[in-house]
Order: sequence, then C-alpha cells, then structure tokens
Amino acid sequence: MNPLLDNFFNGQILAQYAPSILGGFWLTVEVALLTILVGVGAGLGLAIVRAMRIRAADIAITVFVDIFRTLPQLVVIIFIYFGLPYADIQLSPFAATVIALGAVLAAFATEIFWAAIQAVPQGQWDAARSLGLGFFRILFLVILPQAIRIAVPLLTNRAIAITKGTALGTAVSLPELLGRAQSAMAIAANPSPLTLAAALYLLFFLPLVVASRWLEGLGPRGR
Amino acid sequence: MEALQLFLDNFADWDSFVRIWPLLWQGLQLTVLLAVVTLPIAAAVGLLIAVLYSFHNKALNVALLVWIDLFRSFPVLVLLILIFYGLPFLGLKLPSFAACVLALTLNNSGYYGEIFRAGIESIPPGQREAARALGLHPLQIIFLVILPQAIARVLAPLASNSLELVKTTSIAALVALPELLRSARVAQEQTYNPTPLTAAAIIFFVLLWPFARWVAKLERNMIMRQK
Repeated sequence: MNPLLDNFFNGQILAQYAPSILGGFWLTVEVALLTILVGVGAGLGLAIVRAMRIRAADIAITVFVDIFRTLPQLVVIIFIYFGLPYADIQLSPFAATVIALGAVLAAFATEIFWAAIQAVPQGQWDAARSLGLGFFRILFLVILPQAIRIAVPLLTNRAIAITKGTALGTAVSLPELLGRAQSAMAIAANPSPLTLAAALYLLFFLPLVVASRWLEGLGPRGR
Repeated sequence: MEALQLFLDNFADWDSFVRIWPLLWQGLQLTVLLAVVTLPIAAAVGLLIAVLYSFHNKALNVALLVWIDLFRSFPVLVLLILIFYGLPFLGLKLPSFAACVLALTLNNSGYYGEIFRAGIESIPPGQREAARALGLHPLQIIFLVILPQAIARVLAPLASNSLELVKTTSIAALVALPELLRSARVAQEQTYNPTPLTAAAIIFFVLLWPFARWVAKLERNMIMRQK
C-alpha cells in the first residue's frame, strides 16, 4: 500500500465523510459572504460618517478602526466568544465568528474608503457645490462613484485575506469546513478528510486570488 | 457605577493579572521569538521567488505563479493543521514551533513573493538595459539597481504584510504552542474570569499599534498618490 495514497487520498474514507465536509464547506461560504457584507457595508457607512466631519464621531471611529486593525483576528474571535459571556453576552460560534471577522474587515474597509474619498480631488467638491448640489448628493453622486473605483483593488485583497479567517472559526467550535475535516480526521484516524477540505478551500479562494491579481492590474497603480 | 465595577472586576481584575503575569510573560516571549524567526525566512523565500521570476523563464514563471497563488489561497490555519496533524501520518512529526514556522513561511512566501514580484515588474525595462550596458552582472543588476527601487515602491504592502504575519503567529495557539494567546486561554481557566484575555489583547495592541499606525499611513499615501 502506498502510504501517501492510503493516508491522504483514501477513497473509502473520502466517500464516507464527504457529505459532512461539504456541509462544512457551505457554512464556510455563508460565513465568508456574511463577513464581506457586514465588513464592507459597515466600512462604507463609517467612511461616510467620517466624511461628515463630526468630531465626536471621528474619534469614536478612529478608536474602533485602530483596535480592530491592530488585534489579531483570532484574538478578537476568542475574546468575543470566551470573554463576552462574563458580561452576559453569549454568542453562538457562528455569530461570534461573523462579528469578529466583520469588525476586522470593517476597520480596514473604513480606512480604505476614507482614504479613497480623500483621494478624489477637492475640485470635484467645489464644482458640484457650484452646481447647487447638497452635501449628500455630492457625496453619493459625485465623490463615492470615483472613490469606490480607487478603493476596489485594495479592498478586494483585504476582503479575501480576512475571509480566509473563516477557518479560525474552528477555535470556537464552529462546524465549518476545517472543523468538520478535523473531527472527521480524528474519528477516522486518517487525514484524507483534510485533503478534501484543502481542495475545497482552493476551489473557493483560488479564483478570488487570481481575480484580485487581474483587478489590481486594472487599477490606477504605479506610473 | 456598580456595572462599571462589575465589569472591571471581571475583565480587568488586578489580582488575577498579577497572578497570571508570569504565564503571559512566557507566552509573550514565545510570540516574539516565533515572529522574529519566521519573518526573515518568509521574506527571504518571497524575495527569492520574485528574483527568480525576474529572469523571465517561461516554464519557471508558470511554476512560480502557481506556487504564489496556491499559498495565497490556502488559509494559513489549514496549512498549519495539515503540517501538524497530517504529516505525522507520513512519519514526519514536527514540533509545534517548527510546524508554525513552516506554515507561516509557506503562506507568506506567496504573499511576499507576489509583492516583491509586482515591485520588480513595475520598474521600467530601461533600468535593466542601462545597467547591462554599464557591464553589471545580472545579480548586481537585480540587487543593486532593480530591488532598491522596487522595494521603495511596494513598501506599503510589504509593511502591511509583515504586520499581518506577526498577528498571524497567534494561530500557533491552536496547535498547543504556549504563545501569548494560548497562555491567556490557559490562565483564563485558572482565574475563571476573562482578565487574562483582556491582558493578552492589551499586550498585542500596545506592541502592534505603533506599527499598525505606520502601515496605515503608508497605505493612505499609496491611495492618495492615485489621484
């Protein structure tokens, strides 16, 4: 028997655990999509609030951004799941993972959107104002469409990097792809389920990584 | 007021902190060691990939791009679990520290490789031609002419990735390496309150925050230059 085939590509074990692992895959996809939705949505919202230049809000947003941009994702997940219950906030592994990853992505997205808004030349504001547009119409109709285009390449990279953190959900016993594969590996005493999980991660992330390289090439980068 | 006191007692209890500090201190040292060992290795492998790529050998470049994209696509924790729990089935049992260094290096070789590659490829070919006309050796060209300019161009993603690498060392906690986060979890089970977790989070924050600010500034400048 070939130990490599027998251990990592064992057909019998793969067939047995495939349904459970596929279930984990869908959970991973769900967490990933929700994280992006929460993170990018909140990031855009916070950047818009920053554009209004309200002093108290600026300070609060800066504190939020600095905390979640600086702390390791796993520390945030562990703190939310194992720490917050002492403050009577008991979250499910699913909610803890999405909130933690969403907050981290939101912090980065706020920074990126805010820098992109500032990168739109001041003349655009002046011109729109001289046409008689109000603050919000200028922001939403003139500035944001340009800012979002500037933000997309950086944001895509960041979103992919943070979405890969879904695997960290295993640390709070979220039964996502990696978690399912690990328990299958423990029961079967064979790492083939892990091979399947690795392949599924590739299937999900490789197209995104390749697409992000392509997007970056389109971006207004370099000279 | 009472709520605040309750909160402080739970999340920032000084007596608990004093009791668990030796454990956290050991964890912190291991976190720093892991980062200090891994970062230069990963950056060197990434640089090697990018330099090899710059010779523009077709077959080699396809292989290098596959390497880069493959390791950028795997969540690093998946790599770590494969290395730490999977490889023993092939008779290769690595200690948790070595497994972490290997997983972080493979993962970040992809990131560093792509960053250095993008930097090198963005340097106009005229630079290379001019250096060759001066009679420089190909290695002199890459290390003395191309790389200094390339690194200046990709300083922001380079710094950002290095910060992410240091943050990611915390996944070592999941293969029972008693670094800072793991130590905090162990301590938490002794104190029955989350003070150790708060303490670990604060230590991470205090250590990494200046660096995070610097990275943010570099990234902001990069975006602003796109005007």
